[in-house]
Amino acid sequence: MTAPAPHHAPAPHSYVSPIPVRRANLGDALASEWTKIRSVRSTLWTLGVMILLMLVIGLGVAAIAASSEAPMGDESALGFGFFGMLPASICVITLGVLTIASEYGTGMIRTTLTACPSRARVLTAKAIVFFLLVFTVTTVVAAIVGAGQVALVDTAASPSASDWLRATVGAGAYLAMLGLLSLALGTLIRHSAGAITVMIGLLLLPLVAALFMFSEALKSVQEWLFTYAIPSQMISLYAAQPPFGENGPSGWEPLLIMTGVAGVALAGAFALLNNRDV
Amino acid sequence: MIELEGLTKRFGAKTAVDHLSFQVRPGVITGFLGPNGAGKSTTMRMMLDLDNPTSGTVRIDGKHYRELDEPLKYIGALLDAKAMHGGRSAYNNLLCLAQSNRIPERRVGEVLDMVGLTPVAKKKSKGFSLGMGQRLGIASALLGDPEILMFDEPVNGLDPEGIHWIRNLMKALAAEGRTIFVSSHLMSEMALTADHLIVIGQGKLLADTSMADFIQQNSRSYVRLRSPQQERLRDVLHANGFIAVEAGSGSLEVDGTTTEKLGELAAEHAIVLHELSSQRASLEEAFMQMTAGAVEYHAHGTDVHGGAPAPGPQWGKTSQGA
Repeated sequence: MTAPAPHHAPAPHSYVSPIPVRRANLGDALASEWTKIRSVRSTLWTLGVMILLMLVIGLGVAAIAASSEAPMGDESALGFGFFGMLPASICVITLGVLTIASEYGTGMIRTTLTACPSRARVLTAKAIVFFLLVFTVTTVVAAIVGAGQVALVDTAASPSASDWLRATVGAGAYLAMLGLLSLALGTLIRHSAGAITVMIGLLLLPLVAALFMFSEALKSVQEWLFTYAIPSQMISLYAAQPPFGENGPSGWEPLLIMTGVAGVALAGAFALLNNRDV
Repeated sequence: MIELEGLTKRFGAKTAVDHLSFQVRPGVITGFLGPNGAGKSTTMRMMLDLDNPTSGTVRIDGKHYRELDEPLKYIGALLDAKAMHGGRSAYNNLLCLAQSNRIPERRVGEVLDMVGLTPVAKKKSKGFSLGMGQRLGIASALLGDPEILMFDEPVNGLDPEGIHWIRNLMKALAAEGRTIFVSSHLMSEMALTADHLIVIGQGKLLADTSMADFIQQNSRSYVRLRSPQQERLRDVLHANGFIAVEAGSGSLEVDGTTTEKLGELAAEHAIVLHELSSQRASLEEAFMQMTAGAVEYHAHGTDVHGGAPAPGPQWGKTSQGA
């Protein structure tokens, strides 16, 4: 047994970090989150697959339409972008959930929150970095796909400036908002697989359920689901005319709806994250 | 300086931490000891504001953790070696932490060098061994060159070389005037590193004492005797008021005396001795007795305490031991 040193009094001096301390702000958290999102392979994979799906399906469907030479009335070729956007949204959902839930899965969240005890700041930084990344990538890819579609299909009406804006910036913002909803859900559920499953269910199940609502009694529910299910909202975003009649969403309304839903979910995520044990 | 005041944490009906109050002073290594499930990790998580206390407060240099501007520059913590994203390289894991506290990027290289991980800096931390993961966790704790360091079970799963390295690191850090707070469930480890000791069991404070006092109070010293004339030796001891207890392999143990006294006594009666030695009960044993009443999960069928009655919680502070 070693003889213990007779320590009783505290040391006369205490150590002070030589690195100057300033007030950390959102900018520091943003830099940190940007490093995080760009340094894991899942970001590369999900966004890579998303780009591929948008390009291959969007242009593939347009090529098929071009070969059929059927008239398209006053719809533009940009609407074919929807078929790439739907599977792309699954990639965005995955990335959105992983942005936070992977931290819970690995235990990194504890390290993150000891480094930045302001939980609101951490979530805000994650949301901003994720939103800008997804918005930029999808908008650029949607623009490329749109240009290809319009060039391929010459039987369609030529899109107006507002059609272009909705099919690019609108689609990008819609997907990014859907991703923010996923991020919020990932924060609430704290489990990657669980949150992704819930999000994919939310994406697809209402429409599938509506397909089988044969009963007259459920007619109104079925109609509502057909009109407001996420894929329906996406189609509405592309369409020149409201596809579900005057009552359904049209123009920029789908984006407003998704922004509202994501906003509510994020508010819940902020509240819970702030009060919960990690 | 870390101050805990009446810190309490309940999970439903179970009280994990029960009105814990103590101080962790700078310049010394404070060992935080308790059996598994005693509430050590919960206490440490509350100190870092990860868990909300049911009641009570923790102050770090007088401030609540959330009030610290750039906390990594005050306090570095190793909670769980695997609390990193495995898909990210060691360098990037540290870089994102550095950026959140405006720590210059060159510091990342410095701490990696300090813990000897420079050759694997660009490798994903997923492939790291337990020891390497532990070193990475320590690197993250040192990142802000903080005044306070907290390590939760830092030697768990390390090889002897790694254990030696951590011990020396902690001593060097304390010598620079830093506050070191280290938890363990191994008394022997604490005896080698800690200057001050805080023992908890079932969330309650059992002892808050200097290591020296703890050793003095809790290590029973006794004399062991072995003789070919054991019967006679026993009679002589008895006649002189010593209580000899038979121990294994034909030896006798006598409490509360010295080798000198017993040697002279044996010489007086011309008894041949094959062994006359001074013994100390291990601190591990003392620790186990202290926490016997507060062990969360007992293994059945193995009576490690040799049938000694479980002492009350104030045992280590007042009584003179067995």
